Amino acid sequence: MTRKRHQRHPLASVGLHLALALAAVVAVFPPLWLLVTSFKPTNDSFTTSLFSHPTLANYTHVLADTPFLTWFKNSVIIVGLTTVLGVFLSATTGYAVSRFRFPGMRPLMWLLLITQMFPVAVLIVPLYNLMATLGLLNQPAGLVITYLTIAVPFCAWMMKGFFDTIPVEIDEAGRVDGLNPFGTFWRLVLPLARPGLAVTGFYTFVTAWAEVAYASAFMTGEDNLTLAGGLQTFVNQYTNDWGSMTAAAVIIAVPAALVFAFAQRHLVAGLTAGTTKG
Amino acid sequence: MVAPVVLVIGVIIGFPLVRGVFLSLTDANEANVQRDIGVNHIPATYKFTGLDNYTAILTDDVFWNRLGWTVLWTVACVSLTFLLGLTLATMLNRTLRGRTFYRLALILPWAIPAFISVFTWQMLYNEKSGLLNKLLAGGGIDAIPWLNDPTWAKLSVIAVNVWLGVPFMLVTLLGGLQSIPGELYEAAEMDGANAWQRFRNITMPGLRAVSSTVILLSTIWTFNMFPVIFLLTRGGPGDATEILVTYAYRLSFVNSPRNFSECAAWGVLILVLLSAVAVVYRRALRKQGEVW
Repeated sequence: MTRKRHQRHPLASVGLHLALALAAVVAVFPPLWLLVTSFKPTNDSFTTSLFSHPTLANYTHVLADTPFLTWFKNSVIIVGLTTVLGVFLSATTGYAVSRFRFPGMRPLMWLLLITQMFPVAVLIVPLYNLMATLGLLNQPAGLVITYLTIAVPFCAWMMKGFFDTIPVEIDEAGRVDGLNPFGTFWRLVLPLARPGLAVTGFYTFVTAWAEVAYASAFMTGEDNLTLAGGLQTFVNQYTNDWGSMTAAAVIIAVPAALVFAFAQRHLVAGLTAGTTKG
Repeated sequence: MVAPVVLVIGVIIGFPLVRGVFLSLTDANEANVQRDIGVNHIPATYKFTGLDNYTAILTDDVFWNRLGWTVLWTVACVSLTFLLGLTLATMLNRTLRGRTFYRLALILPWAIPAFISVFTWQMLYNEKSGLLNKLLAGGGIDAIPWLNDPTWAKLSVIAVNVWLGVPFMLVTLLGGLQSIPGELYEAAEMDGANAWQRFRNITMPGLRAVSSTVILLSTIWTFNMFPVIFLLTRGGPGDATEILVTYAYRLSFVNSPRNFSECAAWGVLILVLLSAVAVVYRRALRKQGEVW
């Protein structure tokens, strides 16, 4: 904050605010429009008026007359399990890679990084066949395993960055006090890596909550769909139920936005720690 | 403690990867893989065919056409996202009133699951009654077939992807900007450097580590961006917006009969392409003295 920058020309200030306001409108408008549309009667979905006849009909319809709650439950189970297991696996992996030297460590690090480049197409067929063989198609467990393959590598990479910033002396102190390696990890190191855990949890949650390709391929039958798959049934070549679609979309977006709001403070630190200190 | 971790990672990533590469060397499809119909167990009858899938793909125009559009899509999306993200981050890094408000508003698209945003855009793009065309009609302009004309569809999917990607760029670049010490700018001002010189000689080098990482990540993510194209246009009209990933998905999950081996071969090719990009990019960075 230099003196000079306080003396910005008033016109420059106006320009700055105008540009930022315009960008903010572009960013906020689509979600806002979704929210507004969800309160309109179904026949008025495409009217340009803001609140013609606000109604909750779309919400009650979605909750009471469609399998939306079943899909929601499926998603919550799958995403919850994925997040818990994902955070645990990536924390232990990240810790192992950060602290121990063992044969095959470099290839493992490479594998973790390269997984970021795996297109859906490489893994989806073998996973599909594998799930079919194990009888896990249409089972929540199938999707949980699949989502772990997407989320864990990147998260483990991020967690390694976090653990690298925690001094090794802490581990040594723990060992001197008679804790075993897992005890050291669990009781001393993990609490210090809490921001990293928040980012990992957030990333895993969002990845699983918003995943479309695997969910559409692995889950069939109305009762087994997750939210991503279910939402597609409202608007497709056969039906055009924009009212239900918008209401359902709002309900799906809210938990994600809440988790995001909780984790966003740590996001930058997490992403940069994991990706630049490799 | 290491062993179980390595084991789990190896199983959930290594196994499907190896199996994917193996499948790409066979002629597996829906009709000849192992399956159970009722109580009958039908064993797999597909054969090893070596590199046949790869020669078939590489000698076919479809692959090269899709690759051309995928590269265009990636370059357009990443460069636009980066430029917009950098511009907005620089603006937000000034002292100004309402900074927190602008920041929260600008990262909102990140907080909403991508498939929800894509559905919303689909609604806005709707040719007959979508909001965009209604606004144009209000200005006396003819409706634009946003998703039904090859060129407009391409522009539309790029616009949506840029809209989705800017928040990530903005947040990471803002983090990078804030880590550049303010004294550098003060010293430069004392020496009479103008705004552009300060940007070129302090901001750009200061951001290099962060920006090289986010550019690589966002290149990889955009190259493989499935939901935007799959949900917005289904690759259409025709196959105008089909990128490599959505095309490969179509081979084994939309088309019938499902062609598992060809899909796997496309996947391996995509992986090879991306790895090559990453290696070249890393090497270029290392030449400039980056430790990354």
